[in-house]
Amino acid sequence: MPEQSDHPEQPDHTEQPDHTEQPVHPEQPAPEQPAPAQPAHRFTPDAEWRRVSPKYLVVEVIGSIITTAIIVAALLVAFSLWGLWWAPWAAGAVALVAIIAIAFEPRRVRSIGYRLREDDLLFRRGIMFHRQVAVPYGRMQLVDITRGPVARALGLAELKFVTAAAATAVTVPGIPEAEADRLRDELVALAESRRAGL
Amino acid sequence: MSGAAPAKPVVDLADGEWHRLHPASPLLRGGLVFIAIAGFVIANLRERVVEFFLVIFAPGQLDDGFGEWSDENDWGRDPIGGIVANNLVGWALLGVLLVVVLVIAGFWLSWRMHTFRITPEAVEVRSGILFRSHRSARLDRIQGINITRPVFARLFGAAKLEVQVAGQSGNMQLAYLGSSLTDGLRRDILRLASGARATKNGPAPAVALPTVASGEAVTVPGIPEPLPGAAPSAEPPTIGSRAGAIVGQRVDEFLAPELDPELAPPESVVHIPVGRIVGSTLLGGAALWMLALAGIVVAGIVSRQLWMLFTFVPAAIGIVSYLWSRITKSLRYSIAGTPDGVRVGYGLLSTANHTLPPGRIHAVEATQWIFWRPFGWWSVRINVAGQSVTNGSEAAQRTQVLPVGTAEDVQRVIALLLPEAAEGGPVAAQIGSGLTGRAGREGDRFSATPKRGAWLHPFSWRRIGWSVSDGIALLRRGSLVRRLVLVPLARMQSVALSAGPVRRGLGLAELRLHTVVGPVVPSLPVIEREAGEALFAHLADEAVERANEDRSQHWGRETADA
Repeated sequence: MPEQSDHPEQPDHTEQPDHTEQPVHPEQPAPEQPAPAQPAHRFTPDAEWRRVSPKYLVVEVIGSIITTAIIVAALLVAFSLWGLWWAPWAAGAVALVAIIAIAFEPRRVRSIGYRLREDDLLFRRGIMFHRQVAVPYGRMQLVDITRGPVARALGLAELKFVTAAAATAVTVPGIPEAEADRLRDELVALAESRRAGL
Repeated sequence: MSGAAPAKPVVDLADGEWHRLHPASPLLRGGLVFIAIAGFVIANLRERVVEFFLVIFAPGQLDDGFGEWSDENDWGRDPIGGIVANNLVGWALLGVLLVVVLVIAGFWLSWRMHTFRITPEAVEVRSGILFRSHRSARLDRIQGINITRPVFARLFGAAKLEVQVAGQSGNMQLAYLGSSLTDGLRRDILRLASGARATKNGPAPAVALPTVASGEAVTVPGIPEPLPGAAPSAEPPTIGSRAGAIVGQRVDEFLAPELDPELAPPESVVHIPVGRIVGSTLLGGAALWMLALAGIVVAGIVSRQLWMLFTFVPAAIGIVSYLWSRITKSLRYSIAGTPDGVRVGYGLLSTANHTLPPGRIHAVEATQWIFWRPFGWWSVRINVAGQSVTNGSEAAQRTQVLPVGTAEDVQRVIALLLPEAAEGGPVAAQIGSGLTGRAGREGDRFSATPKRGAWLHPFSWRRIGWSVSDGIALLRRGSLVRRLVLVPLARMQSVALSAGPVRRGLGLAELRLHTVVGPVVPSLPVIEREAGEALFAHLADEAVERANEDRSQHWGRETADA
């Protein structure tokens, strides 16, 4: 749906990303104790939105350029081999759209934000296609860290939250690696302390 | 592995020991296919076999040249003829015998190696001859228990019990068990899952026994039969009376209502008249296909292009068989609340029933198709965990809790599924306007959509609205297909608010509630921007709150602790 279209290319997924997964509930805790309202350790909820690293802009731009280059090259090959008259025009249009998209990229990257509130994680992204999701910590089944090749070169990682609902689809890109590891551990701990049933 | 089988008849399958399945299981699972193939082969070889015997026993009866068993003509080249021509009849028979013996041995072995046990923590199944597998499902993760009795299995007095757990392809099948033991097993599994372990394992189990005892009085006659190996230990009266007893019991089981009347308060059962089942099926989605087909038939007759009729014979057969299966599956439908969850049963020849323990239902949807509107018919579907959308017709059947019913039936079913929506509460009061109401009517407590929503939903914008009370979010939408979705916030996974350029321009947004995968998609396609943000914040907060309060996962705990 629309929320996809504001980041049309994700170069990180085209190559083999290295993958670390951490189940939120490694062994199901005995269901005896009711979910405590208080977290096990103190954590301070964010008062403000947290932004992703500005370096993430590079990842997005490189991804856009690669995708555009492939499409343009394919169209030009089609033109030179079969003489499709419309192919150069299409290539030009694709390049133009890509340039406009890249021009808006800084704003789009700035629009990505997340916020750890007392009981849930808030995530938002997109300017044209705005999307905002709230995921209660107790619902997280899995926290997943992915590093694409470009992002890895820049020391960035991507954090993905999986709930029992496939539609949740919350992926926070462009987090510095150390921060991503810390955030994952914190979220796992939070999920453990606010654990609810399915 | 050895010595796992019980030596004496078992009454309680949930005693923590390893048990075997019904001895006819391999036959019911795969053997019928084998018999059908054998029958098919024999039917096709009938002429050959007849002639084969004629050649052997009455060689002079055949015309010359007809049965020339030699390599030169067709006869010698096909397998059977070749065998006879080369005098390999004895070997061939031996080979067939060997295959049959191997198959029977394989069946027997697979039955021997297939064992299960129910402990207070989990249901475990061990199976496989060469590749052993050991599956275990935690009882507190159980999403539902289904008992299916296909026609053939019913003739054998067997039933299939399926323990549904969260996660794709995670279901545990116990196929097949003695029919009369299955109900007791389900009751025991549910009781263990409910968290009421004290009643089961405590020193004085007398509290739980009254109902158990009455149930066992029914099951006892069936016990010697599912485990025939145990028969010699008892003194069977005579073979004749025993066979008579078994036949009588089969007949009783066959005619017995799908729903155990002891377990269900009868007033809560929805009754669907046969006429409504047939009518709703004919007016369902297949109705359009039938109309199209009728049009083609008429066109074919008018234009005298009769060949057109024949090309649509397969389609017609498909539609008729679809309608037939829908109708027979909806017959004898029943739904009732039991202490361990809602039980839905249906089926005429092959029967099935599903038990949904409390706190497992993630979304409920009542739908009314435009053709059903004059009759006021609705159907109700649900989302439960561990149910993939593409899981075929059986899964679709399972998520459909009410195939067709009136608005009152819908009220009753929803009250069963979501205890928060019980009669007299604020939720129940809104179901009526949620089903048929639209903004602007008096007494309508749903939110109204601004008129500019008509740009996106010209027909249904008046109907789009939401309401939240008692931890249940009610979303209504749709005009041609009316929908009312109820989501218990205690089980909502996350909530999303989104807006594309069009909605932004109009000052609107779209709100989605994420639940586990299923046929129900709770969403509000159009909502005013500020109202949407407020609702988003409210739902996010209330979901956390309700989830913390929710104790329905272990519905039996309070009673056990008390």
